[in-house]
Amino acid sequence: MLRRILRSREALLVSAIVLLLLLISSRFPGFVAPANLANVFNDTSPLILLAIGQMIVILTKCIDLSVAANLALTGMVVSMVNVAEPGLPIAVILVIAVGLGTILGMFNGILVWKLAIPPIVVTLGTMTIFRGIIFVISDGKWVNSHEMSPAFKSFPRTDILGLPILGWIAVLAVIGFTVVMTRTTLGRAFYAAGGNPHAATYAGINVGKTQFWAFTISGALAGLTGYLWVSRFAVSYVDIAGGFELDVVAACVIGGVSIMGGIGTVAGALLGALFLGIIKNALPVVDISPFWQLAISGGAIIIAVALNAQSNRGKGRIILKRAEQAT
Amino acid sequence: MSTTDRFVPDRLRSPLEERLKSWETLLLLVAIGIFVANSFASPYFLNAWNLSDATFNFTEKAMIAFAMALLIISGEIDLSVASIIALASTAMGAAVQMGVGTPGLVLVGLGVGLLCGAFNGVLVTRMGLPSIVVTIGTMSLFRGISFIVLGDQAYRGYPESFSWFGQGYVWWVISFEFVLFAIIALIYAILLHKTNFGRAVYAIGNNATGAMFSGIRVQRVKFILFLLTGLMSGVAAICLTARLGSTRPSIATGWELEIVTMVVLGGVSILGGSGTIVGVVIAALVMGLVTFGLGLLNVPGIVMSIVIGALLIGVIALPRLWSIWRAR
Repeated sequence: MLRRILRSREALLVSAIVLLLLLISSRFPGFVAPANLANVFNDTSPLILLAIGQMIVILTKCIDLSVAANLALTGMVVSMVNVAEPGLPIAVILVIAVGLGTILGMFNGILVWKLAIPPIVVTLGTMTIFRGIIFVISDGKWVNSHEMSPAFKSFPRTDILGLPILGWIAVLAVIGFTVVMTRTTLGRAFYAAGGNPHAATYAGINVGKTQFWAFTISGALAGLTGYLWVSRFAVSYVDIAGGFELDVVAACVIGGVSIMGGIGTVAGALLGALFLGIIKNALPVVDISPFWQLAISGGAIIIAVALNAQSNRGKGRIILKRAEQAT
Repeated sequence: MSTTDRFVPDRLRSPLEERLKSWETLLLLVAIGIFVANSFASPYFLNAWNLSDATFNFTEKAMIAFAMALLIISGEIDLSVASIIALASTAMGAAVQMGVGTPGLVLVGLGVGLLCGAFNGVLVTRMGLPSIVVTIGTMSLFRGISFIVLGDQAYRGYPESFSWFGQGYVWWVISFEFVLFAIIALIYAILLHKTNFGRAVYAIGNNATGAMFSGIRVQRVKFILFLLTGLMSGVAAICLTARLGSTRPSIATGWELEIVTMVVLGGVSILGGSGTIVGVVIAALVMGLVTFGLGLLNVPGIVMSIVIGALLIGVIALPRLWSIWRAR
């Protein structure tokens, strides 16, 4: 029953995306050419990576508003490391990026877990703190393209089988986290901790600790995306990805992740991100001013959340009816 | 704290009130500390005109923060307030181009604010959607409409009499905005602490189901709170537009988070059910003083945000760390 609802929600989203693509291709067939679709996927990859992390956090009844600031801080740190030590291999840069992102995520997690501060307050605070730290370490200066080493810039753009490495990383993350969420105890703990924290506690799951791991994963993905972002756009400054945290939350909501926790899948987050990514890439093609994008994604969020609530409400009513019959 | 917690004759008052009182005292001490530190740090701080200028740092945000405080106490949140400012300001700008005078502009600003609030309210109370997601959506939608209308353009040419709302002084260094801020603070303090409506807001925040069974029209109260938040965003839009004298779609970007910070810093529980207007007033003063004082010391705005963020987490974390440490 539950599985069918989840399936149908994702099926709905897939059909919405296909419909969107058909509409665009009816007038601009070039948009659905494989090369362009690969390009759109690649362009959406940062959003996909962050949406997966955010989905896990939201599953546990939390929210992470600091992801974009984490991304920007990690991006700035690795680009400054690159400027200082241009010879450093990319593997080391990746370790630094993921490591720093993980630490920042853990910081959020520890405040939520050990001090029980509401996640929205914690991440609102760390969001501004991280941005501020970027300014302090960079002195407000930009790290520009010509200062970065060629290897640093070329890594995410290297083509493998028609898709740049950036896109492949997103593919790997989707596969990897699908396995984690459906086939490991930790993955199931995320669902349990958000679906019913009391029951999860009685089942031997430490809810706070589970939330801590959710923030850690979100932070690690944000850190990884931080390097990919600055090397892809070949620039790093204080305000990169400003406001991106809301796009990430939007992708999750559109992907059917319940803000109340406990409901959501990696596939949903992927589809939600793709939906936003396709709109963003299609607007200039169909010659609509890019200024429309914000309003469209806002409308999409409202429609998506209304649809989500509809399916949840039906479930609640059925349970009530059964309870009445039982008494 | 440990003994009084066990014997609670009236769940709504004693322990909660005691804790809130100490919260506001703590916050007031922080405010005084910042004030004193500032006056030592910069010779320009203790100057009536400079201090008057400093009030503009928080008056507009605080107006919205009062309505937001009630909304958060009731267990909801509105992240679209800054976008409502953008949309209301854009509407006023468009009205100016059509030759609407100052009274008309004020009506347009307030009207758009109310409409946006009603839109949020209907989605949350009628359709039963979670407010945090709805208002993240309307946040994009409202500002998105401003972007569609304005693109990379700006509206200018507001009438002289209109700019008084943002730049006028009632008496000596007392600006119109500051007077408005004080009046609104008083109204909200009375509304929250002295009326049945205010009690209903607390009741809903503590236990919405219980409130419903004791005869409170939960959805209606919440709808009114969304209307009020929209209305206050309209008021803030009028003041801000009048002060800047122009409208861009990026106006007031990021204010929603500063306003929520202000409310939470003021001791309002983000989980709903507790908080006072006095706390929010002091939090507004703290944030204004920090911003202004560091500004005088040539500290860039973004560094101030570290201080604000650290304040937000620190003020909540320290009492909890303290109680953990005492429990050992």
